[in-house]
Amino acid sequence: MTAAVTEEEATFQATIERDDKVEPRDWMPDAYRETNIRQIAQHAHSEVIGMQPERNWITRAPSLKRKAILIAKVQDEAGHGLYLYSAAETLGISRHELVHQLHTGRQKYSSIFNYPTLSWADIGAIGWLVDGAAIANQIMLQRTSYGPYARAMVRICKEESFHQRQGYEIMLTLSRGSVEQRAMAQDALDRWWWPSLMMFGPPDSESTHTEQSMAWKIKRVSNDELRQQFIDMTVPQAEYLGLSIPDPDLTWNEERDHYDFGEIDWDEFWAVVKGNGPMNRERIAHKVAAWEEGAWVREAAGTHAAKVASRRADERGAA
Amino acid sequence: MSYSVPEIAGEPTSADSGEGPGSHGWPLWEVFVRQRRGLNHVHAGSLHAPDVETALQNARDVYTRRVEGVSIWVVPSSEIHAVDPDDADDMFAPFADKPYRHPTFYEIPDEVGHM
Repeated sequence: MTAAVTEEEATFQATIERDDKVEPRDWMPDAYRETNIRQIAQHAHSEVIGMQPERNWITRAPSLKRKAILIAKVQDEAGHGLYLYSAAETLGISRHELVHQLHTGRQKYSSIFNYPTLSWADIGAIGWLVDGAAIANQIMLQRTSYGPYARAMVRICKEESFHQRQGYEIMLTLSRGSVEQRAMAQDALDRWWWPSLMMFGPPDSESTHTEQSMAWKIKRVSNDELRQQFIDMTVPQAEYLGLSIPDPDLTWNEERDHYDFGEIDWDEFWAVVKGNGPMNRERIAHKVAAWEEGAWVREAAGTHAAKVASRRADERGAA
Repeated sequence: MSYSVPEIAGEPTSADSGEGPGSHGWPLWEVFVRQRRGLNHVHAGSLHAPDVETALQNARDVYTRRVEGVSIWVVPSSEIHAVDPDDADDMFAPFADKPYRHPTFYEIPDEVGHM
């Protein structure tokens, strides 16, 4: 048998079993802390890197209204990144370290953002499918066991619903438009469908972290279950648009009360995770460049703060 | 890698006190937002900023993009002191055995009406 359980471990385990939240100052196993740091950091990085494919279309949005919406959405993603970095920091890792680990490739972000946005319809497809998949995951994470992460998720979910709706509305507008616009919408669905399904991660049978994460209630629903949920929800939405999902094996299974779907290309998934997707290098290079080009702003803000503080100290001294 | 458990109110404080020119030398601020007049300020999260003015400005951008607030407090994280969770039992348990502080402890006949 395993070594005797310490009092600390027993208290932690009891908190998890009661469905209570673990809070930052509570004792927790190192592996629980590290798993949360890894997952929250990856989530934060995804929000931040996720701004890039969408920013690509801000200057070319088809109308002022769409442009304002897209700017607001990209700004939300920056905000979501910050909520999550704050949550990760409560685990004792610094913001600086998190950013550094992203820049040096030691922490990852969602592979979906390593695909390019080739047309305006991609902005619709991202909102509808990518944000839709993210929401399925994030709704589950509102019940995750680490308090600050769960609270960040509640805030993010509240804001995320507009993201998906604006995306679907773009798809709806295109699908009711000209022949070319319909084709553009179909092309975007064709390219984003499979990568969106991959967002839920490898199948449960091959997911290294799932079992422990479920036991600790960090994850509350498995990858495969979430994926199925997403497919069941999305297929009727595609039908409404009059677009076809690029999967010849997709059929409704009366017995299971779910859609059956085709084989996901996991070789592609792993290739992108390992850095060989279409945009991996460009995404990180752009992130690092933005960080470096912003250095003077951070320096100036720091210098200004120091100057104001010393001026105030002088005034107090003189008074 | 080892992680130092934060010391203050469950939030890290000077863990990242690197004095470089970048933002990692900036202090951490806790943000409290009053949602509407008449409500308390409630903890919303935290952020890094070089000074109080920037902290307030950033708090507005990060935590009130949808008119979630009519007032914001920012407090240096290092100025927040909290009860150690290990002491929580000694601190709060004594109140559990004083049920006479609650109105339901007292039996009032139905005939008396609402009280």
